[in-house]
Amino acid sequence: MTLFVAPSPPLSEVSALLCFLLILLVPLAGVGLALINCGLGRARSAAHAMLAALCVTAVAAIVYVIVGFAWQGAAGRPEHVLIVGGKAWGWIAAEPFFLRGLRLDLSPAALVVLLQLFSVGLAGLIPLSSGADRWRLGATCASTALLAGCTYPLFAHWAWGGGWLAQLGANCGLGRGFLDGGGSGAIQVTGGLTALSITWILGPRRGKFSAEGLPAALPGHSAVLVLVGCLFAWIGWIGLNSGGAILFLSVEPARVVLIAVNTTLCAAASGLTTVVVTRVRFGRPDASLSANGWVAGLVASSAAAAFMKPAAAIIVGGVAGIVVPLVADLLEFQLAIDDPGGAISVHAVGGLWGLLAVALLTDAGAPGKSGGQWLAQLVGMATLLGFVLPLSYGLNWLLDRVYPQRVQREGELQGMDLYELGAGAYPEFDIHGDEFLPR
Amino acid sequence: MKLAGFLLLVAGWAIVVSALALLPSAGARTAFALAGMAVELLGLALAVRSHLVLEAEGE
Repeated sequence: MTLFVAPSPPLSEVSALLCFLLILLVPLAGVGLALINCGLGRARSAAHAMLAALCVTAVAAIVYVIVGFAWQGAAGRPEHVLIVGGKAWGWIAAEPFFLRGLRLDLSPAALVVLLQLFSVGLAGLIPLSSGADRWRLGATCASTALLAGCTYPLFAHWAWGGGWLAQLGANCGLGRGFLDGGGSGAIQVTGGLTALSITWILGPRRGKFSAEGLPAALPGHSAVLVLVGCLFAWIGWIGLNSGGAILFLSVEPARVVLIAVNTTLCAAASGLTTVVVTRVRFGRPDASLSANGWVAGLVASSAAAAFMKPAAAIIVGGVAGIVVPLVADLLEFQLAIDDPGGAISVHAVGGLWGLLAVALLTDAGAPGKSGGQWLAQLVGMATLLGFVLPLSYGLNWLLDRVYPQRVQREGELQGMDLYELGAGAYPEFDIHGDEFLPR
Repeated sequence: MKLAGFLLLVAGWAIVVSALALLPSAGARTAFALAGMAVELLGLALAVRSHLVLEAEGE
């Protein structure tokens, strides 16, 4: 049945304006991820990586406006509900396609559209790093359309649009319901699990694993791009966490200072911890893993930044910085998963840790119901693993049957730039002959 | 094996959601939610294992 609920109260003019300005920072997170993806890939696929980032952002925005918002909606807007046990559980929004009937002003619903327009592109950029050097441009766009039109809006409605995860507090007494202010789950884990699906479907890069299953090092081509990308991502994440908290958690505008401090501390602690971990393990700090550690701190901060004390933010970041290099090793050495940009360890695992941290290290739950908050977060994590991952894998598997996603063998040997675009990113650079040797 | 892994993932999620909707006491809900998560992790392990086997066969 369709339920029409009363519209949520409008934001004050100051809150709405502040929220709008913060949302305008979010595209910088996309710039950061695009630079990181490009730098961690090979030189012969660099132009392809950046063009794919642009195409993903464009496809995600258009598909989200056509169908995404119709299924995601916003809190206080019409939605379809199931009645179970005498309680209404929202499962999908009931908005018209193409944003029809929605006034695009400083109202909460319009600000949600703007924020989501950017963040769905951010989610789409995450799998790009997993498919680096072998994912066709057309398949990238088609896969992003499935993410922006189906997987993302469904979970985003449940978590942010007044859906059943958000209602766990009111319906089951589980704290304040599933909390994910900046999108550790809805953006990062959804993107990270899609990245896992893509690596499984594409398979590893040619030459990544020997016949005995031992991985070869295929280092990224520009640590500079990767590290500059981290700095852009930091600024974008402050906007994402702050704007999301105002819109989805209804925090007062003054709290954005705490959110910015916590976001920075998480990234700082995580980046530094990874520097130390890689220094201890390899004898020297590893630049690309440390960059991944920095981003993992940002990812982990998203869910809890509005509720943590600064000391807790350092703990959340520190744990993320330890876990990320260990999981990256596990994926590569034990599970034979070729994830060139580390999207699975950074975004999926870092995001899940961020969701758990809301219950473990914050005072987010309603007074006296902290156990309930823990269960609400657990239910959200179970939904990501048990619903989003199979859905994402199933959709991409079907797409692969219709339109093979992996590039031909010649494309991998030649490089994605020459094969798909006809020109390289660095035409005046010497190209090493061994790049063209079949592996 | 891959299909079984994904079915276990969905089944684990169904256990978690059913526990919320059907069980009244907090203790029972928590126990079933944890059991559902365990089933999901089993499904994930199976899916990972199936891809390892498929890649080994491919080579």
